[in-house]
Amino acid sequence: MFPNKILPYLLVAPQLAITLAFFYWPAGQALYQSMLRQDPFGLKSKFVWFANFRKVLADPAYLNSLKVTVVFSLSTAIVAMGVALLLAVMAEKVVRGRGLYRTLLIWPYAVAPAIAGMLWLFLFNPSIGSLAYLLRSLGIAWDPLLNGTQAMILLVSAAAWKQISYNFLFFVAGLQAVPKTLIEAAAIDGAGETKRFWTIVFPLLAPTTFFLLVVNTVYALFDTFGIVHAVTGGGPGKSTETLVYKVYNDGFVNLILGDSAAQSVILMVIVIALTAIQFRYVERRVHYG
Amino acid sequence: MIGQSPLRIFIAHAMLLLGIVVVAFPIYYTFVASTQTLQTILKPPLPMLPGDQFWNNYGEALFGGVGRMGGVSVGRLLLNTTIMALGIAVGKIFISILSAYAIVFFRFPMRMVFFWLIFITLMLPVEVRILPTYKVMVELGLIDTYAGLIIPLIASATATLLFRQFFMTIPGELLEAARVDGAGPWRFFFDILLPLSRTNIAALFVILFIYGWTQYLWPLLVTNSNDMNTIVIALRKMVSFADADTQWHLVMVTAMLAIVPPILVVVVMQRWFVRGLVESEK
Repeated sequence: MFPNKILPYLLVAPQLAITLAFFYWPAGQALYQSMLRQDPFGLKSKFVWFANFRKVLADPAYLNSLKVTVVFSLSTAIVAMGVALLLAVMAEKVVRGRGLYRTLLIWPYAVAPAIAGMLWLFLFNPSIGSLAYLLRSLGIAWDPLLNGTQAMILLVSAAAWKQISYNFLFFVAGLQAVPKTLIEAAAIDGAGETKRFWTIVFPLLAPTTFFLLVVNTVYALFDTFGIVHAVTGGGPGKSTETLVYKVYNDGFVNLILGDSAAQSVILMVIVIALTAIQFRYVERRVHYG
Repeated sequence: MIGQSPLRIFIAHAMLLLGIVVVAFPIYYTFVASTQTLQTILKPPLPMLPGDQFWNNYGEALFGGVGRMGGVSVGRLLLNTTIMALGIAVGKIFISILSAYAIVFFRFPMRMVFFWLIFITLMLPVEVRILPTYKVMVELGLIDTYAGLIIPLIASATATLLFRQFFMTIPGELLEAARVDGAGPWRFFFDILLPLSRTNIAALFVILFIYGWTQYLWPLLVTNSNDMNTIVIALRKMVSFADADTQWHLVMVTAMLAIVPPILVVVVMQRWFVRGLVESEK
């Protein structure tokens, strides 16, 4: 260890200055404001303890956006992980061309979520999208701009599409870690391929699956703001208004500061819970000394 | 090794090809659309092969498109996005490697306090502190500046944790040997630690460059003037699906220009990318 007295402080100073100015101070402000209520003219504010939280949690619009978020996050995680697992299992089987398949499957990772959303909307736009045209010629009344369920399907497709590459890479790594001897022993005992997968491979993949579930949930909760903002703007009606979109909308567009701050704090609690779960159950392989 | 029947191998290839088609189709379709005339795009279904407007459309978007995006050229948007992505990647690596160095190789009061202060920022993404952070930006005069786009995003718990973990695998003997030879902290950092961290830095760079390039909420908040938009935000402004005037062929060209640079980075630096992704999330 180096014995310097001042140097280590200088080394951590830049990072610390940024976290204090842009993380801790604003987070503290959000906490403080979540307990204030402004009069309609924005002139005076009053300390109201938890009244904003009570108001937000009793608000049907908020409960709706909570429901929307749960549906959206779970669907996105399940679709993105299911497709990725299927592809990873297939990629484990082939020998020839494995590297090429990987290259061709990973690049949506580099596409910004908002752009992914816009591309999908372009494909499925009722007036000019070719796939919307296809759906209509199959007799499906397709209009994601008017139909809430269809708008949700579109968002989930775009969000899941973008996340397949990420999950694929982790499932491939997870599958490679499954001991081949176990699988061979099961094969000798006469277990067929499907049975081997569900009784040996899938349980051994559990840590990877659980880790990805947390990561995908966080992704669907936060990183998909761009998709919602660019594609549906929360609509039609409020059928795709997620929690993060609502915080943004109430705070920046409708300027209801107290409510928006209370919503921020609720989100903060959700993130803390998810991070705690991630580190408590997923991080066992890492040793923080 | 269990033998695989040829049929199963065939099915595996077929499924993978289908997967690639699904994954690649939206981007291929965008490329096709970017080479068609506006009239063709407005009359679905679109042909499945590129049209003959490639040079026209790309030329118009790159050199004649001024005015279509609020008077800002695509070149300017790409420049803004590149500055932001590079600034974030380099900045995050720079401040994280320094703090990890201090935390691992020095003993000083408050060391663990600092570590936890950095660690907890994991739980405070922009989304949970939107308004107050915006206020700080206004007070510091950082709205519509590159500094505003970059600095608040370069604090990084993940990168610090990654470097810390890596530094802890470096044997204490190496440090002792360096000290016996008279190397001070800077000498040790530049001559030993930095060269050893090369692969980690490359891996992290790819991930962070993509992170910076694909930002959405932050540039949306801190840029008001069209001059300072990133290409992702500008694209959002160009598209209005209810509006018949949208110049779809140019929108598609802009979309291609917005997605090709980060895809190139991922494909070209694939080895580091995969390593970085799997390592940094562990």
